[in-house]
Amino acid sequence: MSVNLRSAPFTPGARVIGLGSSQPQRVVTNDELAEHIETNDEWIRERVGIISRRIADPDTPLVEFAADAGSKAIADAGLSPSDVDTIIVATCTMPNPIPNAAAQVGHRIGLTAPGAFDMNAACAGFCYALGMASDLVRAGSSEHVLVIGAEKLSHWVDWQDRSTCIIFADGAGAMVVGPATTAEETGIGPLVWGSAGDLYPTIRILDEPGESGKIYQEGQTVFRWATTQIDPIALRAVERAGLALEDIDVFVPHQANLRIVDAVAKRLHREGAREDMRVARDIVHSGNTSSASIPLAIDHMRAAGQISRGDVMLLVGFGAGLSYAGQVVICP
Amino acid sequence: MTEEEILESLADIVEEIAGVDANEVTSEKSFVDDLDIDSLSMVEIAVQAEDKFGVKIPDDQLAGLKTVGDAVGYISSNISDR
Repeated sequence: MSVNLRSAPFTPGARVIGLGSSQPQRVVTNDELAEHIETNDEWIRERVGIISRRIADPDTPLVEFAADAGSKAIADAGLSPSDVDTIIVATCTMPNPIPNAAAQVGHRIGLTAPGAFDMNAACAGFCYALGMASDLVRAGSSEHVLVIGAEKLSHWVDWQDRSTCIIFADGAGAMVVGPATTAEETGIGPLVWGSAGDLYPTIRILDEPGESGKIYQEGQTVFRWATTQIDPIALRAVERAGLALEDIDVFVPHQANLRIVDAVAKRLHREGAREDMRVARDIVHSGNTSSASIPLAIDHMRAAGQISRGDVMLLVGFGAGLSYAGQVVICP
Repeated sequence: MTEEEILESLADIVEEIAGVDANEVTSEKSFVDDLDIDSLSMVEIAVQAEDKFGVKIPDDQLAGLKTVGDAVGYISSNISDR
């Protein structure tokens, strides 16, 4: 028998309508790290640009601060939890793979039987998830999607490895994505994404027999990749949104290392970005929080009055996989 | 391109990336011990040198370039190999 299946009605566009973030209370300074390992404040600042970071207590689960960030984003959007039908948690640091974070986080927030799944694209995860959310809304699969980037990297860090323990931190950032009733109201540009799987060993958990079970990074290789391969991806995201680099008000790269942030921003300036383009430097007091770093930076910049409604933001995430993704987003 | 010309261009790159006076960048100097250049700045210098001289300087080769003279020699021999 031949039938005609109905498709969900398309929505003209999607946009970000709410922001939120959450960090553990505990501030860990460089001096505190220097009490346990051979390092010092000056070396850390020069090497990665971090002054302090937030680290969760061992007993505090990732889903706790993920839910806090998500609740704030829903309130910021002027919605109630029952309005949100889908939740995506971008994370790569759950202590084990079953169950996922998203269903628990949705439950903690009080969502009503949402579609709930985790997305692991490491530090590119938030941009991947935001792209999924936008497409789900546009395709009519979801009406309001809560997108959360949440990481508890402290669980996976070797606190004796001074090349990684000075960088990584904990936190969560969230956005609510909803429909745009006209194409002109669209607030999320096309996703530009990809991966370089040949470089997979450069950031990984050391899980071979006899290894520590902790995170490892080939700093130089990753640095070279990020400082030479990310600006073309950012540029493509701008072009696919139908804009030029000079239209960008705010550049929010994944907060991997301040040296990477500055190097990529410098290249974008050389390629036509405005001198007054603001650049997220949230890593200085938040550390590298992987998938949480982009929404954390945006929420902090808004709270500090550095960005405002309508600003054109260029987001680009990159990290383990290696994976990368970027898009242009209008600040809600 | 002579080794003197390579040294001169490389010194300009080192000055731009690491803020070391180009006149200080002489053959016998060690990047790390004498010029106080860290591993990430070395990568940035390598990337710029690759663009400037049209050579490849992979990370495993970069690690072996201890002095400015080592780098000039590496660049010189890889240019002439082409």
